[in-house]
Amino acid sequence: MKIISALFLLLILSLPALAVEPDEMLKDPALEARARAITHNLRCLVCQGEAVDESQAPLAADLRKLVRERLLAGDSEKTIETYLRARYGDYVLMTPPFSPTTGLLWAAPLVVLLLGTGIAFFFIRRAGKEG
Amino acid sequence: MAHKAALMPLACFAVLAGVFAMALLREHNPAILPSALIGKPAPALELPAALKGSKGLTPEALTGGITAVNIFASWCVTCVGEQPTLMQMKKDGVTVLGIAYKDSRENIALWLQKHGNPFSAVGLDEKGRAAIDWGVYGVPETYFIDAEGIVRHKHIGALSMQDYTAKLKPLLEEMRK
Repeated sequence: MKIISALFLLLILSLPALAVEPDEMLKDPALEARARAITHNLRCLVCQGEAVDESQAPLAADLRKLVRERLLAGDSEKTIETYLRARYGDYVLMTPPFSPTTGLLWAAPLVVLLLGTGIAFFFIRRAGKEG
Repeated sequence: MAHKAALMPLACFAVLAGVFAMALLREHNPAILPSALIGKPAPALELPAALKGSKGLTPEALTGGITAVNIFASWCVTCVGEQPTLMQMKKDGVTVLGIAYKDSRENIALWLQKHGNPFSAVGLDEKGRAAIDWGVYGVPETYFIDAEGIVRHKHIGALSMQDYTAKLKPLLEEMRK
């Protein structure tokens, strides 16, 4: 029983493997947390489905370093994001920003929900009348 | 009315199938991303010379005429295939500039000796930082810049002779106007 609980403890203490190398990390934990937050939402351009934060690709490592250098130099999240978007486009962000071209994408769930509710109402009311 | 409602699932299916067919049949390679730099001024060039006794890259390198900025590496296998195309472009009056991505001076010199050197200047981007400035995500990539210093086109992957004659030559003609 003790062995099982020890193993269980080990299991819950273990963390998912991360791509960030120890020598990439910043000494200041607050700044490192900001860097992680930024790279978490950056798309790795080489391995497209992955975030820069999770990717082993050399370009992702370069981007992680770049974000940290910029933060150390005192740049804000906004400045870093603007810099990368100017070079790699909106595609570099894991969450697409709201713009006229992505408007439909963002509005689609709401439109479908309203449409579905409308159709449901129509059928329910008709069924009510018939019954 | 009742049989009309029965056709609804079929209609929904037809619409969905149509959407998927359109997406599947469209000629689209997800590995090729459009460049955000098109229509914008080219990023500043500021790189040390990759070859002994030749020029590095400076912002002045982009002024006047049509320039192609080619990001390559001696370790890049597909890059070999585009050297003849770059040579032809040089013959056709395009200034070809090179950015050697994460490379060493010795290897670049040997590689250019072996495969031909179309570049009027080659800059060394040892850490790959300049490439990020250009929005590069894999070598080789080639940017075409007009006389005003505006990025007009980006080609991702090795430039084949076929790509050059079919797609790029007409574009270069247009850029010359």
